Amino acid sequence: MRTAILGARVIDPASGLDQVTDLYIDGGKLVASGHAPSGFVADQTLDAQGLIAAPGLVDLSVALREPGYSRKGSIATETLAAAAGGVTSLCCPPFTKPVLDTSAVAELILDRAREAGHTKVFPIGALSKGLAGEQLAELVALRDAGCVAFGNGLDNFRSSRTLRRALEYAATFDLQVIFHSQDADLAEGGLAHEGPTASFLGLAGIPETAETVALARDLLLVEQSGVRAHFSQITSARGAELIANAQARGLPVTADVALYQLILTDEALIDFSSLYHVQPPLRSRADRDGLREAVKAGVISAIASHHQPHERDAKLAPFAATEPGISSVQLLLPLALSLVQDGLLDLPTLLARLSSGPAAALRLPAGSLRVGSAADIVLFDAEASTVAGEQWYSKGSNCPFLGHCLPGAVRYTLVDGHISYQG
Amino acid sequence: MTPLAAKRPLQLNDQGQLRHFLSLDGLPRELLTEILDTADSFLEVGARAVKKVPLLRGKTVCNVFFENSTRTRTTFELAAQRLSADVISLNVSTSSTSKGETLFDTLRNLEAMAADIFVVRHADSGAAHFIAEHVCPNLAIINGGDGRHAHPTQGMLDMLTIRRHKGDFENLSVAIVGDILHSRVARSNMLALKTLGCPDIRVIAPKTLLPIGLEQSYGVRVFSDANEGLKDVDVVIMLRLQRERMQGGLLPSEGEFYRLFGLTEQRLKLAKPDALVMHPGPINRGVEIESAVADGPQSVILNQVTYGIAIRMAVLSMAMSGQNAQRQLNAEEAN
Amino acid sequence: MLPNPNDLLPAMASALTQHLNQRQISEPRFIGIRTGGVWVAQALLQALGRDDALGVLDVSFYRDDFTQNGLHPQVQPSELPFEIEGQHLVLIDDVLMSGRTIRAALNELFDYGRPASVTLVSLLDLNARELPIRPDVVGATLSLATNERVKLSGPTPLTLELQTLAN
Repeated sequence: MRTAILGARVIDPASGLDQVTDLYIDGGKLVASGHAPSGFVADQTLDAQGLIAAPGLVDLSVALREPGYSRKGSIATETLAAAAGGVTSLCCPPFTKPVLDTSAVAELILDRAREAGHTKVFPIGALSKGLAGEQLAELVALRDAGCVAFGNGLDNFRSSRTLRRALEYAATFDLQVIFHSQDADLAEGGLAHEGPTASFLGLAGIPETAETVALARDLLLVEQSGVRAHFSQITSARGAELIANAQARGLPVTADVALYQLILTDEALIDFSSLYHVQPPLRSRADRDGLREAVKAGVISAIASHHQPHERDAKLAPFAATEPGISSVQLLLPLALSLVQDGLLDLPTLLARLSSGPAAALRLPAGSLRVGSAADIVLFDAEASTVAGEQWYSKGSNCPFLGHCLPGAVRYTLVDGHISYQG
Repeated sequence: MTPLAAKRPLQLNDQGQLRHFLSLDGLPRELLTEILDTADSFLEVGARAVKKVPLLRGKTVCNVFFENSTRTRTTFELAAQRLSADVISLNVSTSSTSKGETLFDTLRNLEAMAADIFVVRHADSGAAHFIAEHVCPNLAIINGGDGRHAHPTQGMLDMLTIRRHKGDFENLSVAIVGDILHSRVARSNMLALKTLGCPDIRVIAPKTLLPIGLEQSYGVRVFSDANEGLKDVDVVIMLRLQRERMQGGLLPSEGEFYRLFGLTEQRLKLAKPDALVMHPGPINRGVEIESAVADGPQSVILNQVTYGIAIRMAVLSMAMSGQNAQRQLNAEEAN
Repeated sequence: MLPNPNDLLPAMASALTQHLNQRQISEPRFIGIRTGGVWVAQALLQALGRDDALGVLDVSFYRDDFTQNGLHPQVQPSELPFEIEGQHLVLIDDVLMSGRTIRAALNELFDYGRPASVTLVSLLDLNARELPIRPDVVGATLSLATNERVKLSGPTPLTLELQTLAN
C-alpha cells in the first residue's frame, strides 16, 4: 500500500531534520521525503497540515500482562493503548506467568503481538530462571526466539558473585542486560520514598541508598564484566549523578526514567491514594528536578512509560495491601508534551528521548525517519489537547492522570506504513 | 495540567463539622477544642450513677479490629454503650477476612447489616482513610489506630489529660520518649500539640527509632540525650518499646534502652517537680519506665484510661452528628 | 407587647410558695435549665428571699432532635449539687413552647435518680404545645405568629426580646 503524508512538520531527532515536508511510504517503508518518487501514486493520502510527524515512539517498558495476568491486561488491549499513545515499538518486561525464561513464552508473545498488529513488540527475557536470581536463564535461546535484552526486575540476585557470572555470560554473546538497581535489603518492607512524607504518613520507607548502593555495585560489575548495560527506572538525583559519572569515565551505559517520575513526587501520596503506589517509589522534588536535568543533559537518554495496568481490586485496599504500578502508556505522548510546556525540553529533544534515544539504548530497529527505514510514524497535533480517559483502551484504569487535560493529541499512529491507531 | 475536580477535606462535612475521625492532620484548633469540651461533659456523665445518655439510641456501632487490642476495643465498646448504642465487636483476624474476603467486602457486608458507625483498627497505615473514601463514605468512620500513621482518639485523650492537669497548652513543654518511628500515638500527639499551640514539643529517641524530617513536618525539637531532652519539661509521655525492635537491629538490648532512655525516678527529677507522667499503655515495667514512677504520685496513666472513654464518647457523637447533618444537607439540595 | 420579666417574678414567687405549701413540700430542690432557666431561677430565688443551692441542668445529651440537628456545640456539664433520689424538685425554665426541652430535662433527671415529685415553673408559656406538658407556675401566657420567637437575655437585667425568623 502506498501512502503519502502531506504538509507535516517532520521532526527526526536521529538526523536532526526539522522541517515542513512530505513523506512517502511504500511497502511498509519510508521511500522518500520532500518529493514523491517518480511514478508514485498514493492509495492513501493523509493531510497532515498543522500536524507534527515524528518517528513512532519507542517505549522500553510496557507490561502487556500476557501470558498469565489476564485480569490486568492482554497483548491486544495494551498494545492498542500504546498505539493510542503514539507508540510503534515497545519492549515488554519478563514478569509474566510463566516468567519469560523460555523461548515458548517469547514465541507466544510475538505471535499474539503480530496478530493484534497494533505495535511492534520486542520482548525482554529473564536474566535468571524464574527471575529467582540463582540460575542463569538460557539467554542465547531466548535471543534466538526474539528477546532483545535481559533483566531481572527489582528482584536481586542471590549474591554479587552470581550476578557477576550472569553478566559475564551475557557479555560473552554480546547480550545486553537491563538493570533495575535497588538493594532488596535496604528496601525491604518499604512502600514509599524514605522522607518527610513517608514519615508523616507512617509508611515504611525505601531510602535513596537502596538505589545508589545497588547502582554503585552494578556499575562496577558492568565495568568489570564488559557487558552492555542499560539502567532502567532511575528514581533519584544521586542515582542519575552516578550514571553521569560512569558515562564520563567512558563506561558506555545508557539509562531511562519513568515519565511519571519526571512529573510526580512523593508529595502525591499525602491522601494515601494507591494510584501513586509504584515500585521503585516516587521520590522528592529535589530528585525529580535532578532527573529532569539528567534527561535534559542526555545522561538519561530515554523516557519510558513503565506501564503497569492492574484490575480494580488490586488498588482497592489500604496502601500497603495494594499492588504497585501506574497504567499510562496511552498518555505517553501527551503527558510527555507537558515537559515541553513546562519549558524543560524543546520538542525535538523530547522526541529524541522518546524515539531515537530508547532505540539506540537497546539497539532496536526503530526510532528514525531515515529514508529506507520502516514507516513507523506518529502524527500529532501539538496545539490540541487530550482529556485523559475519554477513550481508554488499557484494561487497567489505575492512572492518576485520568480526567486531566493534557497537551497534544495523537492523530495517527502508523506501523510499517499501516494505520494502527487513528485519533 | 489541571485536575478537573478540587478535593474536599475527607473528615469534615460541608459545614466543617466532623463526619469521620481519621487523623488529627487538617483539623482546626477550634474543632480539637470542641472535642475536649464535649469530652469534659461526658466525664461528668461517667461520674453519675446512671452512666448513660440516649444520644446514640437505636444506632449500631461496629468495632472492626483487624489488629488485636483488648484495651482500645473495650473502651470503644464502653463509650458506645454509654451513648446507648448497640455495639458489635468483630475481631477480624479470626473471621471472614482470613478466608480470603477482602477488606472492602467485609466492610460492605457490615454496612449492609445496618451499622451506623465503624471503629476500625488495622495494621496498614491509611486503612481508615481508605475505608472512609472508598468503602463506606456515608458512615462515620472512627480510626482506632492504623499502622504507624495515626491514633487520633489516643492523641485527644492525651490532650485532655494534659488540659485537665496542667491547664492551657500555650506555656507547656512536652516530651515524647521512645520508639517514635513505629508509633502512631507519637504522630497523633505531635500533631495535636502543634495544633493546640504547645510551643515546646520535644521528641527523645536514638536515631534508629526516629523517622526522617520530624522537625519540618511537626515543628518539634529532636534529642538523642534523654537527660538533655527532659530538662524542665511539664509533661513526659513514655511510649511502649516492643521486643521486636531488638531483633531488627534497631537496639542492642532492653537494658541499654532503659539505661539511656528509661524514665527512672532519677531521670524524672530533671523535669519540673510537678511534671505529669503519661503512657498510652500497656506499660513495660523496667523497659521504658520504672515501676515506682508508673505507680508514683506524678503518674496520670490510669486517669488516661478514664479520659479515653469520654473522648471516644465525644468523637462518636460528633461524627454521628456530622454525618446526620450532611445527610440533611444532601436531602435539602436534592429538593 | 412583651412583658417585663421582673414584673412577673413577684406573682410567680407567691404562686410557687402557695403551690409548695398545698403539697406540704418543705424542702424543695431548685434546678434551672441552662441557660435562660438558670437566670429565671436565680431571679426567682431572690424574689423568694431564699439562698438555696441551685442545680444547673444541661439537656443537650437528651434532646430528641439529635438526628436532625446534631450535637449542640456549646455542651457543658450539668451540675447538681444535691441528691435527686426521693427529693421534691422545682424545675425552672424560661420559655415553654413544644415541651420537648422539659421532656429531655425529665429524662435526664430520672437518670440521676427517682425524684418524689417535680414542680414545673416557666416564665412564659407560648401555648404551642406538642406534648402534654403544662407548667404548675407560669409568669405569663403569650401567643406568637408562626415566624416569631421570643428570647430571654440575662442574667441582669432580665429582658425579653421578640425575634422574627427569616424565611
